[in-house]
Amino acid sequence: MGIIRAVKLAFDYIKYGEDDAGSEKVRALDQVDLDVEKGQFIAILGHNGSGKSTLAKHINALLVPTEGSMWVDGIDTSSEEELWHIRQKAGMVFQNPDNQIIGTVVEEDVGFGPENIGVPTPEIWRRVEDALDRVGMLAHRSKSPNKLSGGQKQRVAIAGVVAMRPECIVLDEPTAMLDPNGRKDVIQTVRELNEKEGVTAILITHYMEEVIFADRVIVMDQGRVVMQGTPREIFSRVEELKALRLDVPQVTELAYELKKAGVPLADGILTREELVEALCSLN
Amino acid sequence: MLIELKDVSYLYSRDTVYEVRALDHVNLAVEEGRFIGVIGHTGSGKSTLIQHMNGLMKPTEGHVFFEGEDIWAEKYDLRKLRTSVGLVFQYPENQLFETDVLTDVMFGPKNKGLSETEARERAVSALKDVGVGEKHFKTSPFELSGGQKRRVAIAGVLAMDPKVLILDEPTAGLDPRGRDEILGRIQRLREERGITVILVSHSMEDVAEYADRLIVVNNGKIPYDGSPREVFSRYEELEGMGLAAPEITYVMHELRRRGFPVDVTADTVAEAKESILKELKGGRKRA
Repeated sequence: MGIIRAVKLAFDYIKYGEDDAGSEKVRALDQVDLDVEKGQFIAILGHNGSGKSTLAKHINALLVPTEGSMWVDGIDTSSEEELWHIRQKAGMVFQNPDNQIIGTVVEEDVGFGPENIGVPTPEIWRRVEDALDRVGMLAHRSKSPNKLSGGQKQRVAIAGVVAMRPECIVLDEPTAMLDPNGRKDVIQTVRELNEKEGVTAILITHYMEEVIFADRVIVMDQGRVVMQGTPREIFSRVEELKALRLDVPQVTELAYELKKAGVPLADGILTREELVEALCSLN
Repeated sequence: MLIELKDVSYLYSRDTVYEVRALDHVNLAVEEGRFIGVIGHTGSGKSTLIQHMNGLMKPTEGHVFFEGEDIWAEKYDLRKLRTSVGLVFQYPENQLFETDVLTDVMFGPKNKGLSETEARERAVSALKDVGVGEKHFKTSPFELSGGQKRRVAIAGVLAMDPKVLILDEPTAGLDPRGRDEILGRIQRLREERGITVILVSHSMEDVAEYADRLIVVNNGKIPYDGSPREVFSRYEELEGMGLAAPEITYVMHELRRRGFPVDVTADTVAEAKESILKELKGGRKRA
């Protein structure tokens, strides 16, 4: 069994009307089956409101299923006594860095999680140092977080998760507020954690360029998983993605447009190098 | 000239050890009817720059002019300036507060002193401009989707009938379709009503697509100011500033390096497609 597994997962939330005008149930997730193997890099795409954040919040038990079940490393997330255990295994990073940093000094912020679960002090410092080193922020350990750029803050938030020694890290649009360099640094950090440390990564994003390295891409619509496959498979389906309010990387789009105009190119070209190579071999 | 910054500097924490020069002798002129993109890494000074344009920040040194008048001269009407130069902040949906969409958009015009009827007309027309339909007018803004909320917030600024619309990352966090919808609407406002648009963005692809002039802010200065094609031809220097060029620019340069005589200044998918097709056909003829 994989590290993250959802079986026929459904989630309802109650929407209350104005002035007690009654309430209605809204199904945010429906019939979601998911099986993620340890060490994989998974990307989740979907338009605003497609249910991807709701799914992500199930992975560390911020939400529990209305129907069906979610298992993290073999633990059912609906068992309340395992809550802290689950959250130690699966850490989350959110969109806005300013909402998730609480310490007044970088290293204190990173140490908050381990301290909270009772890790002995010398061990906390070891973990803090190690975590900051892994995200490339060790030089900033004594700084105040508000002196950092957005990308640096997100890397501190990732370090906070890494210090908990998680099996898996879930990132919900971690780059939405960042400039190009910040975006690059954050994605690079996540990829290194995944490749070198074997941490399972789940990345939710609206930047199509960020997912071309993923092992698998999951596309959500109306609370369901509607497409699943390698980046190449998914990005070969340009029209379907556009119908789902999504897009493809610019390079893929250019290749697709050229192909439509009669240039013999393969489907799902993902990188600049591939496209340049393919075009040069034509001339 | 619509907006003019003459030798503007802005210092945070002036005369302390924390003094930071956020703007450093900036000179800039904004002509009417342009679609200007502003790029720069976090902390480059671009937010400070745009807040000088509608008098939210006062230059430490230098002068800001709107339609030829110094906005910091005595008796200058700053309130009026702020309706002429509308500023949409990041995540503007956080500023929605009324019980329904229409009332929220009417707040600005009413505050400006317009009658209920006029305010309503303005609001209805602004909501139409951003593509929010009548069926949503009585909805609570908090029940809308992320993209809709953001469009309502932009309508709130448009209802003030501004000559200039400044948007600070209006598409952050939106899905690709939501992003295209908002930028497409803004483009249309500029074409149909001649509104001058200043768009701050972290997406090089978006500014390449929509802007006809691109300003780069770095360390409180403006090192590059020109058409997107001109600016992106300096992609190596841009990278040194924490920026980049659109993916397409890199593809075109690499093709040229490999002996394909394509147009390296093409920075959108459509332009690149045209240039590559032309070369492919030319190549075949030669062969």
